Amino acid sequence: MKTLQELTAIKEAMRAEMALRLGEVADGAKYEKHVLMCGGTGCTSSGSMKIADELEKLLKENNIDEKVFVVRTGCFGLCERGPIMIVYPEGSFYTHVKMEMIPRIVEEHLIGGKPVKEFLYDETVTEGSDEIKSLNETTFYAKQHRVALRNCGLINPENIDEYIARDGYAALNKVLTSMTPEEVIQEILDSGLRGRGGGGFPTGMKWKLARNIVPDADIKYVCCNADEGDPGAFMDRSVLEGDPHVVLEAMTIAGYAIGACQGYIYVRAEYPIAVERLRIAIKQAREAGMLGKDIFGTGFDFDIDLRLGAGAFVCGEETALMTSIEGNRGEPRPRPPFPAEKGLYQKPTILNNVETYANVPQIILKGAKWYSSMGKDNSKGTKVFALGGKIKNTGLVEVPMGTTLREIIEEIGGGIPNGKKFKAAQAGGPSGGCIPVQHYDVNVDYDSLAAIGCMIGSGGLIVLDEDNCMVDIAKFFLQFTMDESCGKCTPCRIGTKRLYEILDKITNGNGTMEDLDKLEELCQYIKANSLCGLGQTAPNPVLSTLRFFRDEYVAHIVDKKCPAGVCKSLLTFVIDKEKCIGCGMCAKQCPASAIERTDYTAPGHKLASFAIDASKCVKCGACMSQCKFKAISKQ
Amino acid sequence: MSDMINVKINGFAVSVPKGSTVLEAARAAGVIIPTLCYLKDINEIGACRMCVVEAQEMRGPALGPKRIVAACVYPVSEGMEVFTNSPKVLDSRRKTMQLLLSNHDMKCLSCVRSKNCELQQLAHDLGITDADVYAGSRTEYPIDDSAAHMYRDNNKCILCRRCVAACAVTQGIGVIGANERGFITNIGSQYNKGLGETSCVSCGQCITVCPTGAISEKDFTDKVFEAIADPTKHVIVQTAPSVRAGLGEMFGLPIGTNVEGKMVAALRRLGFDHVFDTNFSADLTIMEEATELIERVSNGGVLPMITSCSPGWVKFCEHYFPDMIPNLSTCKSPQQMLGAVIKTYYAQKMGWDPKDIVSVAIMPCTAKKFEIGRPDQSAAGVPDVDIALTTRELGRMIDRAGIEFNALPDEKFDDPLGIFTGGGLIFGATGGVMEAALRYAVEKLSGEKLTGDAIDFKEVRGTEAIKEATYTAGGVTVKVAVVSGLANARKLLEKVRAGEADYTFIEVMACPGGCVNGGGQPIQPASVRNFTDIRALRAKALYDADAKMELRKSQDNPMIQTLYKEFFGEPGSHKAHEILHTSYVARGVHKI
Amino acid sequence: MAKKIATIPFTGTAEQEQELRATIDALRDDPGCLMPVMQKAQEIYGYLPIEVQTIIADELNIPLEKVFGVATFYAQFTMSPKGKYRISVCLGTACYVKGSGIVMEKLEEALGIESGEITQDGKFSLDDCRCVGACGLAPVVTVNDDVYGRLTGSLKEVQDILAKYAD
Ligand SMILES: Cc1cc2nc3c(=O)[nH]c(=O)nc-3n(C[C@H](O)[C@H](O)[C@H](O)COP(=O)(O)O)c2cc1C
Ligand code: SF4
Ligand code: SF4
Ligand code: SF4
Ligand code: SF4
Ligand code: SF4
Ligand code: SF4
Ligand code: SF4
Ligand code: SF4
Ligand code: FES
Ligand code: FES
Ligand code: FES
Repeated sequence: MKTLQELTAIKEAMRAEMALRLGEVADGAKYEKHVLMCGGTGCTSSGSMKIADELEKLLKENNIDEKVFVVRTGCFGLCERGPIMIVYPEGSFYTHVKMEMIPRIVEEHLIGGKPVKEFLYDETVTEGSDEIKSLNETTFYAKQHRVALRNCGLINPENIDEYIARDGYAALNKVLTSMTPEEVIQEILDSGLRGRGGGGFPTGMKWKLARNIVPDADIKYVCCNADEGDPGAFMDRSVLEGDPHVVLEAMTIAGYAIGACQGYIYVRAEYPIAVERLRIAIKQAREAGMLGKDIFGTGFDFDIDLRLGAGAFVCGEETALMTSIEGNRGEPRPRPPFPAEKGLYQKPTILNNVETYANVPQIILKGAKWYSSMGKDNSKGTKVFALGGKIKNTGLVEVPMGTTLREIIEEIGGGIPNGKKFKAAQAGGPSGGCIPVQHYDVNVDYDSLAAIGCMIGSGGLIVLDEDNCMVDIAKFFLQFTMDESCGKCTPCRIGTKRLYEILDKITNGNGTMEDLDKLEELCQYIKANSLCGLGQTAPNPVLSTLRFFRDEYVAHIVDKKCPAGVCKSLLTFVIDKEKCIGCGMCAKQCPASAIERTDYTAPGHKLASFAIDASKCVKCGACMSQCKFKAISKQ
Repeated sequence: MSDMINVKINGFAVSVPKGSTVLEAARAAGVIIPTLCYLKDINEIGACRMCVVEAQEMRGPALGPKRIVAACVYPVSEGMEVFTNSPKVLDSRRKTMQLLLSNHDMKCLSCVRSKNCELQQLAHDLGITDADVYAGSRTEYPIDDSAAHMYRDNNKCILCRRCVAACAVTQGIGVIGANERGFITNIGSQYNKGLGETSCVSCGQCITVCPTGAISEKDFTDKVFEAIADPTKHVIVQTAPSVRAGLGEMFGLPIGTNVEGKMVAALRRLGFDHVFDTNFSADLTIMEEATELIERVSNGGVLPMITSCSPGWVKFCEHYFPDMIPNLSTCKSPQQMLGAVIKTYYAQKMGWDPKDIVSVAIMPCTAKKFEIGRPDQSAAGVPDVDIALTTRELGRMIDRAGIEFNALPDEKFDDPLGIFTGGGLIFGATGGVMEAALRYAVEKLSGEKLTGDAIDFKEVRGTEAIKEATYTAGGVTVKVAVVSGLANARKLLEKVRAGEADYTFIEVMACPGGCVNGGGQPIQPASVRNFTDIRALRAKALYDADAKMELRKSQDNPMIQTLYKEFFGEPGSHKAHEILHTSYVARGVHKI
Repeated sequence: MAKKIATIPFTGTAEQEQELRATIDALRDDPGCLMPVMQKAQEIYGYLPIEVQTIIADELNIPLEKVFGVATFYAQFTMSPKGKYRISVCLGTACYVKGSGIVMEKLEEALGIESGEITQDGKFSLDDCRCVGACGLAPVVTVNDDVYGRLTGSLKEVQDILAKYAD
């Protein structure tokens, strides 16, 4: 493919089919129905691909495989309800799809034309009415605004033509045929796009530096950070799984802008589906002439290779990532020199995050003005969040920057399950902090979160409820950063270990109030003195919990109590003699043989009850979950 | 645009070349910033964070906020203001030190580096009053004593990685490196094997750059004291050329002070029965080696011939270039030659049983500790040399014996094996062996006496990595190369191996700059190493002494002439081969 | 925790070695090929014993210590073979706040080994991992390619899972 005409031809050919999915009128569509089956990691984990196979088998058996087209897509976002399946043109949204449901869906819906109401997402059906609401009317989707995720859950990520049908590679064409590199950079600058990998550095600025700082550079590189190390975040994975070509297109545009002709995507090896889809996408893009020599006949060459990360969080840090691509231990290098000047193999290099790239083609096509009309102040555009933890709708959401936390959690996320209370949201993972309930209405954007000592980070948003202990959470993150420290510099290598030890001491009930001062001092020191971002941000979870939940620390230290009932050393399990009926089930379960029968002779009571020997109890909680009479509690 | 950058260090203006680091700018302003991990050009990794300062840079028209930066790697920028000594800086450095100490085996009283330990010095300078504030769990390691020449004690390692850089960058070897990550990161070898099981070449370059007592030479001084006290033993000592150029540093003398006379006096006072000079056997080496070269050139032997006097280099060749073993001269090193002569010729002359001789060598070198145990190094059926000590160990012996070194008179080596020429003396510097060989070969080939300036072959002097020169004498053209530092050697040898170089004779010294910078020489802290070329200063001591010598060509050494007359016959004779030459072992890179 | 190094004898076959050497030949021109080579080697052998690391070092002409340094740096590389069934408990944030730590304890109890170890019979190995990307199913445990989500953390539950791998 060498020309815009050829690209348009592919697009036109696919359009009719795509129209069906977009709820548009479609002339000449080959299929009558499209069944979109989520092939994201979440849904695949619960068997969605086997269900899709079964579905295709049944379609064949019923001779409607010529009429119904099964598409395996990327993540729809509402992973909590997975496996998810959508049938177009109706837009019927089936959730928690199981193998057993398929025959009925085929028979009643795909053949009979009537959606199986009881399998549909509850929010889309109304009691006593046949009307089915569209997805966009559900609370989960209503407030979302999909830019980076626009193709996720809509196209087959393994088919470049479907991407092209959605204007794919049109931005690349535009850039190569009608814009100078400077114009491209200016457009990105004007859009206000900032890095979505956590740092928030203006993307256009980064490109500009890389273009100009070493005027006579012979080789430059474009890298994509798909390491997504924040445990509990899966924005980038979802983009790669659902829309891999967008990253390839954007990297090629970046290559043109800075004057590079080689790109690397550094992707986590733990993301097998993403890796596979990227491999397919790169192959297809090469075959289609979108990667390789003389793209669109413009003489511009660009190619992309994959590099698999091998399980080191620090490799998300830019210099470590480059050191790792070079085949070394992924240890960060001092900056300056910055990668724009001396990056991969000491050549000028840019590194951007997956989601950052996912915005680029749209900015080129629709213009900087359009993009900067979304968002708030210095935070333009949208942001994808991975909602997790104690929230109903765990999954992936994309909202304009500046949406309030409450909206995200209560409306889109559906609030906290089990009637529990919101305690805090943890944003930015091990580098971030927590947002307590008093800031529930904070605008989620770079500056507003920074103002309360927190950060957007890469987009992981973990909701915590009253059952979570904040000291324990801080300790959890410290354990993480301590394990993931590369070990190069002193403040981080030894400092995080000592921080962890102090937190451990506190959660074991051995902390002192002086330890809190020591903790805070050490945190400030590690932030200021560490070599790279990992160490510089590692204390954030501690500092932010100390700031908002100091009382919980104090409770552990002074009262020797864990208010949330999490820290084991501070717990005691007790049997309420009044409630215990003496069935003995708890004693059977106890792994430590800590529960024994005691004679109980108070007048008017049964003869025996059971009691826990605190010195033997290992606090596993088995007894408590075993007792049908709710006679056991932890204090 | 000017190539100078104006900055302020603690309020004092200074102008430094563009590309300078804050550390260098501060030095230019007379301010020393403490460092631990930084070694100029070799280890610029910004890891220890001891060198932090507060810096403000221009942000547009005004100064930006004060930030903590690592001075050793942070480049200066126009208008920058640096504070090297603020309370915040001091607090940061103290905490860094306290954290390091929290995972450090603080056993200064039994540590070989006490008084010469950069960590200890810094803890003192920082005014650490509480070394245990951050006491917590520690990583504990067994001491690695598997190598012939050194110990590694990770319990004292601060992970500055200077040794790693010395081994991998300077020497191009890389048998030690960082393993694991996070708190348990440690320096070690593959599969946590002992250094003795790796292809470490024993050069000791790692030791001389280590700021702490985590790596040190194996100390055999007690064995020497015992031998001296044993009335049944003849304890004979020899000292290598470079020792006299380094030993003074152990007693606070300026780098490059030649302490030959005091050294001899000290050795006598230590109780050695005879004090001989390796310079003598360096002259002997020249006779044998140059003869071997002329022989190879005229009889179509394997060329280029490569020197074999550096055991670090020899081991390197056996591990990494086993195919080039035939290129190695078969001459033993001067240390081994003198040892062999002492236990054959001299024992015979004195009527001693070689078994009753304890032959001690004082060397700038740790590889010599390995060399004495090599096969085919026992001319008299007993090891040619029994104990090889480093310059540092000699310094410690002198201290222990209570000898007031700086007050000693200058004394002379004993006859007959203490007589030497300038040719032997300059063996200690890179190019020295080559120059001494040229002084002999050119004279021999041309048949004319070299006099005056013609004795100096300045092209092969100096500390550059690789030096080349071509000489024609008596119709024969020899193309020579001199290389020091094994990373450089590797480059040169790869060219030779690939047939891209047509040298006749190559001098290789394992240590950059030659033995004056050997792994057994006194340790200078990085604060000195980073700003002084200690190799050049020590080498100068040797060249200055050479220039003043009456006898400057090995072949003019009267005792050498006697030795051949009385014992070996002529250079390259059968007897000389049996006693003064050796063989090599192809070792390969990895053994599992 | 330091990487465990297995002491069992090396049982690599000639075919495996041939495949490894072919991989190296295909990749050696890329200056950054060490990790891809090691990843492939681990795929071939299941782990990276010293024999395999030595082949890599020799072929790529780099110090063996460098290979070992890389192997001990990245979590993915292992120097002890894994079980027939590789159990992995997600300790990512989303899973942790929903109690995956307890699931881990139960598995350790049920298997009688600790994370990072392998059962005597070589059947199960237990490890922890960070976020497998199925946070919607938190807490999550994977056994080879099977994913178990929404676990409650009871001993019975993990015993039931283990029972599925009775062969
Ligand atoms: C310890 C650490 C881990 C990081 N991990 C990631 C990551 O997983 N993904 C990512 O895109 N950026 C990560 N970053 C940020 C990157 O270093 C870098 O700033 C980013 O990829 C640049 O792209 P952007 O400007 O598009 O955000 C990490 C930074 C640090 C310090
Ligand atoms: S801050 Fe931590 S991760 Fe970063 S270089 Fe230092 S030790 Fe390594
Ligand atoms: S299970 Fe409950 S009721 Fe039964 S013995 Fe235990 S505490 Fe009593
Ligand atoms: S918590 Fe566990 S150990 Fe303690 S009594 Fe209950 S079952 Fe036994
Ligand atoms: S290494 Fe230095 S600080 Fe450590 S014990 Fe030895 S002398 Fe003391
Ligand atoms: S310096 Fe201090 S600790 Fe060391 S020996 Fe002297 S008194 Fe003791
Ligand atoms: S002695 Fe030389 S080869 Fe051996 S570890 Fe030290 S620097 Fe490397
Ligand atoms: S052994 Fe010495 S030089 Fe090497 S890292 Fe440790 S302290 Fe530094
Ligand atoms: S150069 Fe000198 S000090 Fe270094 S290994 Fe060789 S002989 Fe020893
Ligand atoms: S993975 Fe299927 S909806 Fe997210
Ligand atoms: S960081 Fe500068 S000397 Fe170590
Ligand atoms: S945190 Fe466990 S799957 Fe993401």
